[in-house]
Amino acid sequence: MDRFSRRRFVAGLAGVPALGLAGQLPAASMIHNRHYAKLNIQTDVRQQPVGSDYALSVGALPVNYTGRPANAVAINGGIPGPLLRWRQGQTVTLRVANRLGVDTSIHWHGILLPSNMDGVPGLSFHGIRPGEAFAYKFTLKQAGTYWYHAHSSLQEAKGVYGAIVIEPDRPDPAAADRDYVLLLSDWSDEDPHAIVRKLKIQSDYYNRHKRTVGDFIRDARRDGLGATLNDRGMWGRMRMSPTDLADVNGLTYTFLVNGTTPAGNWTGLFKRGERVRLRFINGSAMTYFDVRIPGLEMTVVAADGQPVHPVSIDEFRIGVAETLDVVVTPMEDQPYTVFAQATDRSGYARATLAPRIGLEAPVPALDPRPILTMADMGHGDHAGHDMSGHAMKMDASEAPRSTQPAAVSTHDHEAMNHGGMDHAAMDHAAMGHATPGHAAMDHSMHGAGDSTAAMVSHPASETGNPAVDMQTMTPSRALDDPGIGLRGNGRRVLAYADLKSDFDDPDPREPSRTVELHLTGNMERYVWGFDGIRFSEAEPIRLNHGERMRIVLVNDTMMEHPIHLHGLWSDLEDESGAFHLRKHTISVPPGHVRSYRVSADAIGRWAYHCHMLLHMELGMFREVRVE
Amino acid sequence: MTPPAFALLAIAAAGIAMPASAQHDAHHEHPAQPDASAPPVADPHAHHGNAMPAPASQPQSPSPFPAPTPAERAAAFPADLEGMDMRAHMDDNPLVAVFRGDRLEHGDGDALGWDLRAGVGRNFDKLWLRSEGERRDGRLEHARTELSWSRATGPWWDRTIGLRHDAGSGGVARDWAAIGVQGLAPYKFEFEATGYVGTAGRLAARVEGEYEILLTNRLILQPKLEANFYSRDDEDNRLGKGLSDASFGLRLRYEFSPRFAPYVGHVWTRCFGDTADLVEAAGHEAGEHGWVAGVRFWF
Repeated sequence: MDRFSRRRFVAGLAGVPALGLAGQLPAASMIHNRHYAKLNIQTDVRQQPVGSDYALSVGALPVNYTGRPANAVAINGGIPGPLLRWRQGQTVTLRVANRLGVDTSIHWHGILLPSNMDGVPGLSFHGIRPGEAFAYKFTLKQAGTYWYHAHSSLQEAKGVYGAIVIEPDRPDPAAADRDYVLLLSDWSDEDPHAIVRKLKIQSDYYNRHKRTVGDFIRDARRDGLGATLNDRGMWGRMRMSPTDLADVNGLTYTFLVNGTTPAGNWTGLFKRGERVRLRFINGSAMTYFDVRIPGLEMTVVAADGQPVHPVSIDEFRIGVAETLDVVVTPMEDQPYTVFAQATDRSGYARATLAPRIGLEAPVPALDPRPILTMADMGHGDHAGHDMSGHAMKMDASEAPRSTQPAAVSTHDHEAMNHGGMDHAAMDHAAMGHATPGHAAMDHSMHGAGDSTAAMVSHPASETGNPAVDMQTMTPSRALDDPGIGLRGNGRRVLAYADLKSDFDDPDPREPSRTVELHLTGNMERYVWGFDGIRFSEAEPIRLNHGERMRIVLVNDTMMEHPIHLHGLWSDLEDESGAFHLRKHTISVPPGHVRSYRVSADAIGRWAYHCHMLLHMELGMFREVRVE
Repeated sequence: MTPPAFALLAIAAAGIAMPASAQHDAHHEHPAQPDASAPPVADPHAHHGNAMPAPASQPQSPSPFPAPTPAERAAAFPADLEGMDMRAHMDDNPLVAVFRGDRLEHGDGDALGWDLRAGVGRNFDKLWLRSEGERRDGRLEHARTELSWSRATGPWWDRTIGLRHDAGSGGVARDWAAIGVQGLAPYKFEFEATGYVGTAGRLAARVEGEYEILLTNRLILQPKLEANFYSRDDEDNRLGKGLSDASFGLRLRYEFSPRFAPYVGHVWTRCFGDTADLVEAAGHEAGEHGWVAGVRFWF
């Protein structure tokens, strides 16, 4: 970090004086966490001054998170970059200088702004070339917790991210005695492009928990040989693995809180009885976290920066790029562990809330690794899930389904032939592949609170497409599934159903139309897309300025995908089609459909993509063009 | 792999890069940046069934949002928009090269066996150079070298076309044109079947299948079956028509990493029909088996 001394930093600024920003840099962003990081303590958010003019510099940074030296890319010499504390209504200016040998960019995630300030190179601006700088300027229409990150060539995975806190222009109902950002991320000593290459060559490279002969014997003893063979047969016909929970995991990732390893133990201080606000941001490249603070109830007050009706929980899952504000009130004079385990249980990020520095609380053991079921991917038997509320809603009124785990559609007819089950008959033809206009979805599907969609139809472009290895058949529209590995764990786990915006539908007009998109991929080939089509071969999605429309996402993969629309809010609908929750990133679990409304209130070319960074890179990306 | 083989690969790799990028450019002619002033309707050039339908299928009350000013429009759709291209910052069809040794092993009778391949390509198209063969007592017993292009035809299957060259001491070299399929069959069997057309109307076929049995996530037992067929006798190379030979190997490897796994195994090979007669007439056994030890790797 010392390579980015204040002197060099200022010198760099002076080199491009035309923008006239030198000297207006808030002190906090200069010192950043160079002093605090060493102590692993972050100051309270409110000790950072509210700034309006920032100078940011993206450059190489040698780091050592794992005992081995590695190369990161950082903003102002720190990971994460400086906390940007703004005030709603203010106009902010950020001059971003590129000290790398390659192009860079910064995108302000979730911030409403003119599209040419959005920072997606090649889409909304030209990027920032080596040695050059770009001045971003925009007026803040919103308040809350957000973040910023690079949008160039996987640089985000190498450390180019930081937190944004925008103070509301009116008294904050969630105001607390302490206010901390906890930015979760995943660090790898490997270059993200090297990770991509490994996955392209061997897509299960990081999956070292595949089922073995020993597991087969154990399952056969427990469930019987026939059932076990049946189960193995179904996965075998799909050519998939139920242990494929994360493409990239703790084998290569070290999970960080505010740039600090679990051993480093980032610590936030409190006094007994104080209200402590924790602003969680998932700035990971590829990791969903399940977060809890043993001994403390958390009250969620905001999601993706927007206020929600307060809801008390023990644990939440946070998708990549989502933010969640919670308030805790520790009543004991003791340390508490903030435990954020990766959803595949390959590791965890950890922090501590403590009354005094140096205290630690026990770190819980990782939960057992979940095993995916056919139901998780929307293949029939949802009742096999467990005791989650969502499973209970599914009854005989649904579309016909097998009581056994169902057959699956793998685009490969020989696979279907082995199924011999109900769904096998419902092959492509019957599933509406012949219907060209899948995008024009019938609105009646949104009625009546039926949480389980009937059989979905799939776009013709998925059929026989090497980029599509799976299709869901009877996906759920439910919002109340806590998620794979969290169901029935005895804790109160947050689900989207529990998150309700603390305001009425900001645009109550009925959507004029529905665009349905399917999230697709082929894990084996490691390609991703929408409707089986990768970004560079796809047309933009066109919206008319001013229209209120609906997007329906159907997950045709076995992965959960956090889908982020730049520049426009994504207003999640509940199961009956009513406004439920305003977000900037909507997570779509496997076997699920998510439906949300979009008001096209900002013209421009907006990025729309999966925020699993490698999925985005490999095609799960679209341009949304508002004209 | 021999140095000439590497040279051939290098040439081939240079060859693939050009058509692949040309294809890329061709794809980019229509998509991302039509005229910004064009009306917002589905692009008539949509060629993937992915164009969005024309908007406003239902009447909607007027927009509550103020119409963008000309200045806002100019900022959102700058005049130099056409020059923008995301692909410099994001690559959804990357060029990937790999060198893979499925078998590199020592066997009974001072035998060295190998099955090595080098590949380079993008999502659905790859060029492969493969060499498979055996040396025994310092003599090349046989070697099959194949240069093939694979193209994905479905989620699990690739079609291959290529050339094959057979060589071996004491035999006559043969050249073949090849067409085949390879992929992942249901139940995760790796499968490969190739048909060949040789000079003078010779036909041949070859099938390979293998499977992985995970004793643990590192200790993996791999059964592998290979068989060769020929349409007519080739006495020069001691091959008879029909099923000429087959081999079955069981290899137990320990994966220090997915990229490096030493193994031990036992391999049974057998010649059939006329091939067996020709081989026995030359004083060899028609069937044999033996232990092998080797390493499997990729980098």
